[in-house]
Amino acid sequence: MPVELAMCWKSNDNKKQKHFNGSDFDSYHRYCLSVRGHASGYAMNENNVSKKNTKLAWILLFVAVGMLGFGYALVPLYDVLCEWKWIERDRPDDIKKVPEVAYKVDMNREITIEFMTTLNESTPMEFRAEKKQLKVHPGEYHTVNFYAENKTDKVILARAIASFSPAVTSSYFEKTQCFCFEEQTFQPKEAKTMPMRFVINPELPEQYKTITLSYTFFDNTEKSVKK
Amino acid sequence: MSAVVAEHDDHHADDHHDHGPAKGLLRWIITTNHKDIGTLYLLFALAMFFVGGAMAMVIRAELFEPGLQFVDPAFFNSMTTMHALVMVFGAVMPAFVGLANWQIPLMIGAKDMALPRMNNMSFWMLVAGVLLLASTLFMEGGAPNGGWTLYPPLVLQPITVGKALPFAVFSVHLLGISSIMGAINIIATIFNMRAPSMKMMDMPLFVWTWLITAFLLIAVMPVFAGAVTMLLTDKFFHTSFFNAAGGGDPVLYQHIFWFFGHPEVYIMILPTFGVASTIIPIFARKPLFGYASMVWATASIAFFSFIVWAHHMFTVGLPIAGELYFMYATMIIAVPTGVKVFNWTATMWKGAMTFETPMLFSIAFVVLFTMGGFTGLMMSIAPTDFQYHDTYFIVAHFHYTLVPASVFILMAAGYFWLPKWTGHMYNEKIGQLHFWLSAISVNILFFPQHFLGLAGMPRRIPDYAVQFADWNMISSIGGFIFGLSQLLFLYIVIDTIKGGTGEKVTDEVWEDAGKHSLEWTLPSPVPYHTWETPPTIVPTEHVLDHH
Repeated sequence: MPVELAMCWKSNDNKKQKHFNGSDFDSYHRYCLSVRGHASGYAMNENNVSKKNTKLAWILLFVAVGMLGFGYALVPLYDVLCEWKWIERDRPDDIKKVPEVAYKVDMNREITIEFMTTLNESTPMEFRAEKKQLKVHPGEYHTVNFYAENKTDKVILARAIASFSPAVTSSYFEKTQCFCFEEQTFQPKEAKTMPMRFVINPELPEQYKTITLSYTFFDNTEKSVKK
Repeated sequence: MSAVVAEHDDHHADDHHDHGPAKGLLRWIITTNHKDIGTLYLLFALAMFFVGGAMAMVIRAELFEPGLQFVDPAFFNSMTTMHALVMVFGAVMPAFVGLANWQIPLMIGAKDMALPRMNNMSFWMLVAGVLLLASTLFMEGGAPNGGWTLYPPLVLQPITVGKALPFAVFSVHLLGISSIMGAINIIATIFNMRAPSMKMMDMPLFVWTWLITAFLLIAVMPVFAGAVTMLLTDKFFHTSFFNAAGGGDPVLYQHIFWFFGHPEVYIMILPTFGVASTIIPIFARKPLFGYASMVWATASIAFFSFIVWAHHMFTVGLPIAGELYFMYATMIIAVPTGVKVFNWTATMWKGAMTFETPMLFSIAFVVLFTMGGFTGLMMSIAPTDFQYHDTYFIVAHFHYTLVPASVFILMAAGYFWLPKWTGHMYNEKIGQLHFWLSAISVNILFFPQHFLGLAGMPRRIPDYAVQFADWNMISSIGGFIFGLSQLLFLYIVIDTIKGGTGEKVTDEVWEDAGKHSLEWTLPSPVPYHTWETPPTIVPTEHVLDHH
């Protein structure tokens, strides 16, 4: 083999040689090739290779199916990761009802609460908060009424989903009574005034002076498990 | 050199079982030959490049002036969505699979791909997938128009999908299965079919980059298939993966999508790096600088691609720790990418360079891809990304990393290997004209979009405020020149297949190409069957030193 190595690639072309010093020129050769040299000594058995290919293909297919599973595993994983304390996000727990406890009212601070109401696409309702804005002291209980009306002749099952801005404040916004805890049933043309009672936990960090609470009503009539 | 070629010819004379392709059109349907399938992939990708390009022309025509001129907004949005899907899944990815089919067996001394029948199936599944996608254009309500990322809840609303959603989803399934089968085939070929004497670190860089890309495909295509299936069940089977009313979260879709989407952009760029690393040394007449570092850089880019996805979602409301993590992780990718750009430049440094069309496209790639990389670095900085997010700055960035990078390198690959495949030389004058028209017009097309984005013009709108009019008009003019210039490439491909300049090309085609990679030691045009006896590779001392 070393003889072939020397023979098969040495170029006599001076044009390139002048661009390289000796060692660079050697490094220019990447491969030495001999077709006949190993033809008879070629040990790879066709059947073996075919078996190896099939085996590897199955392993890789298994990996691909596993990755499909991983994609679905991201769904529960997402909820688990969002529970981590340092991830500032409204948590499912935050919309749960809490028992009414007496806090010491902090009269030195005043928090502005803004209310936003939205209807998800094609939810045939009217929905508004009776107050757009409210100034509260942390520790003080307040009740705000929301008005919702079914505009159709059919029964609607609708669910209001809350969203807070800034998101971290959701942990300090405690609701003792809310229409958003569960799905609401609206009879044809029914109008309701629905109370929401809440308190701002006085532990709310100092820097938060305004909290925006947005509710979106989703028409769940088709998807509901209630009916 | 000549001794080796003579041995080839002897070998062929002995080959009694050797047979050519089947006769007639049926050859192309039933073929399991890696060269035939490579050709099918490449021609299909070329056709889709013009289909996707026509859609881009509709977009640029509508944006030529403010106001609504030619198409209605829903159709405009269908065009942006379909342009992206067709170009990504119909043109760029299949083109690289085509190159892999042609080149990997030739470069590693294998007689064919490892699983030839699966190879045939993955091509025809690709055709079915793209046809299914194209069929949505003719459906009531039109093709999907919520953007190629298919974000819910937008994509689930009747106004954005009409009847097309299930067709788009099944199309993604077919394209995904096709890509996964292609990837499995490539991995099996590289691991099991390599000439026994070729070690992993002897493989040409194109083979290395494709090996790593194939692993990316297997890892992320199923995740995308899962995400679109969740969309489908949310729409039709009342699940609530992404439906807030049912306890789901649309942001979850973005996480899953970009877990696929970020590796996906590297799926389109890593083989690009591989082809550039193949072409540049030959026309610089020097070995590739830093072969091992190129391999490691490719592998680390692939690794990082899995842990940076949320930089596409900086404005979605991530926790501050998340913003910081994804910002720094994204910036780190600039290091291995910088290693690559450095190595290409060092390869050209003091080389005896000549500037044939493949080299011109490759140099333009190095320069313009670097520009796309720099704007990427700008966007990786989370606080500034709030300004760039969803503007034309993003459009400019990813088009710089795709058009004058992936597409230019695909053109370069065409000019580079067509003479080898066909045995005919392309017309160098028309090739150079094609290059200069493309290189200039691509900058007229995309550079002004940086300005538009910084000034605040949002993506995916058919109409815009008048202050954006001038740069849009310039961008459109660049777009029309770029689009028309590509017809020259079509002409050259057809002309070269039919005989080209009539000049007889040598086996090496390019001076001393045979010293870089095995395919140039085969006859031109490449025979229908090659490497039925694997060659023996003896690395030179230089390579051995590094083992």
